[in-house]
Amino acid sequence: MLLVQHLLNGLLAGAYYLLIALGLSLIFSLGGIVNLAHGAFYAIGAYLAVSIGASLGFGGAVLIAPVAVGILGVAVERVLFRRFYKADPALSLLLTFGLAMVAEQALRMIFGAAPLSWAIPPALRGQVFLGDFVYPRYRLLILAVAVACVAALWLLLQRTPFGRVVRAGVQNAEMVGALGISLEPYMTAIAFLGIGLAGLAGVMLAPIFSIHPAMGAEIITSAFVVVVIGGLGSFWGVVAAAVVVGLAKGAVTAAGYPQYSEAAIYLLMLLVLLVRPRGLFGERIQRFE
Amino acid sequence: MTRPLDPVRRRIVAGASTAAVLGWPALGRAQADVIRIGHLTPRTGFLGPLGEFAVQAVDMAVAEINAAGGINGRKVEALKEDSVNPQTASTKAERMIERDKVACIIGEISSASALTISQVAERTKTLFINTGANSDELRGKGCKRYMFHIESQNSMYVKTCGRSLMAQGLVKGKKWFSLTADYAFGHDLLRVAKRFMATAGGEFAADKLVPTDATDFSPLLLEIRSAKPDLVISNLAGNQITNFLKQYSEFGLTFPVAGFGFDTALAWGAGKGNFLGTWPVVWHHLIDTPDTRRFVAEFTKRYSRPPENQAWGDYNAIKLTAQAMAELKSTDSTKLVEHFEKGAKFGLMKTREGYFRKSDHQMMHEMYTVQALPAAEIKNAFDIFRSSAPVPGPNEPLEVIAATAEENECKFA
Repeated sequence: MLLVQHLLNGLLAGAYYLLIALGLSLIFSLGGIVNLAHGAFYAIGAYLAVSIGASLGFGGAVLIAPVAVGILGVAVERVLFRRFYKADPALSLLLTFGLAMVAEQALRMIFGAAPLSWAIPPALRGQVFLGDFVYPRYRLLILAVAVACVAALWLLLQRTPFGRVVRAGVQNAEMVGALGISLEPYMTAIAFLGIGLAGLAGVMLAPIFSIHPAMGAEIITSAFVVVVIGGLGSFWGVVAAAVVVGLAKGAVTAAGYPQYSEAAIYLLMLLVLLVRPRGLFGERIQRFE
Repeated sequence: MTRPLDPVRRRIVAGASTAAVLGWPALGRAQADVIRIGHLTPRTGFLGPLGEFAVQAVDMAVAEINAAGGINGRKVEALKEDSVNPQTASTKAERMIERDKVACIIGEISSASALTISQVAERTKTLFINTGANSDELRGKGCKRYMFHIESQNSMYVKTCGRSLMAQGLVKGKKWFSLTADYAFGHDLLRVAKRFMATAGGEFAADKLVPTDATDFSPLLLEIRSAKPDLVISNLAGNQITNFLKQYSEFGLTFPVAGFGFDTALAWGAGKGNFLGTWPVVWHHLIDTPDTRRFVAEFTKRYSRPPENQAWGDYNAIKLTAQAMAELKSTDSTKLVEHFEKGAKFGLMKTREGYFRKSDHQMMHEMYTVQALPAAEIKNAFDIFRSSAPVPGPNEPLEVIAATAEENECKFA
């Protein structure tokens, strides 16, 4: 029974990595930008949730904060990312690394270094009991939110004209240009979605994690591992990787070594990269070859 | 193009020429005007939330000293930096001592960084007052002639909280499940906690090490639920404590919780409804003494929030150093060490005065345990616990809660 709980718990960890990893993967696939500041947007989402939640409650925070973070993402895309799409990836890496540090310090200057308190709303507190199985209701809600986001994003990318252009742009941006379609507005939309998702993750995790300025740095590495294992440019690759990473964490924990569960996912990444350098489902993308 | 010298440059030129006339290096003259104190503490990372209180307290203490005319007529200037990690901490300590000529170094929270700073302090014969690192090892195997500790050692935390746990019947014949921060401080604390349990007749159901950057405690909470311990013990540090408390109440576990390491800011971060259990603390903002009330009022006026225990440590370290420098009319580290070793007494905002114990340079002073208030009794975001009376009690010597020489032997080189 404990094994099942640990596996489910691992899956859940995978779910919140996924919310962050999806945006990372999209922005990299389409724009070629490795967004090291993605964790910072997650942190900003959490801080906005606390600020908005003070007057509008949890519901207000969930609705407004991710949109606000997404709009911030649009601004960053328009002003900064746009200049780096054609540049050496090392430059955008430096840019987003700097951006992450500036954002963290800005949070520290505005809100202070001490953690802010925010609790699960009373209606979502409590546990679900199924025989021996007990699990907090709030975590199951996070899982549901992650699944809903995956489904919505999949529909958007696979079943809409918008999605077709984005997928074409990931494969061959020049060809899309030759067909007379400018990718610029699409990139802005992807930044809104991807960075908004990071903000949503921040809002959802704020009630159960310590809200402090460096919280973004804590989660970004694991999200990157998910993206790398999944393979660039692959939507289902990232989803599958989140599941695999979650299960691996759960299995290592269930085997009695919770302290090695973080190390296990890096080992997994190493193995995947040795066997399949492009990641599990990584597509062959011409401009990265 | 000729331009008049700007004021700063003009002053430097004037200073240099005067110095040349007097045959005295300009640097030496500038130093005669101020007493520099080096302040190092983690301001980022998992201990950063506490470091911020330390820095604010230092600013406040220095401002108060200078407003009262300085030390022997000389103004005090604090050079404050983020100590980051043990390597950076020792590099910065070295630079502050050798280049900036600080009179002493004050600060630190991480036991690992305090150790590297103390090595620099010992080598350069510079006073170092540790304001936030708890490891017994810093007062035992790693003790140094030039290092003093206003922060209590792990043994004091364990024995203080242990008294309260014994009174609640949670020790003898009971099973504990402990979570320990996986670095110098946690390992040291676990060792001390195990020694306490061995003598008090309890046992550990399990003890788990937790990486300092771990945020998700859910796997451990599942294990705790199936282990059904009599008490869950936190030997965690920094943001770990906030994460643990939030998720412990999320999982709805009902085993009693206690901790052997604690900082008030982390309880505030967990907040009403999430903060629970019994915790030892070196000082807190609800202590009912005139000095504490004044300090809390001044700090709150300045920074719009009450001070937590780390603010107490750094504020008092600066104040007692200033007091000693004024009494000795000297900033010489060796003289200060001798003065402290002679048992100089310091008011520490508590009911009894404290003093540095000669054998290991540990401050002997009162401690407290705090107990989380039920959510219904909480009126604001800060007053979320009730305090025990000072430990040890008024008729006991202060040393009874400290490690004995057998438990933690210190031999100064």
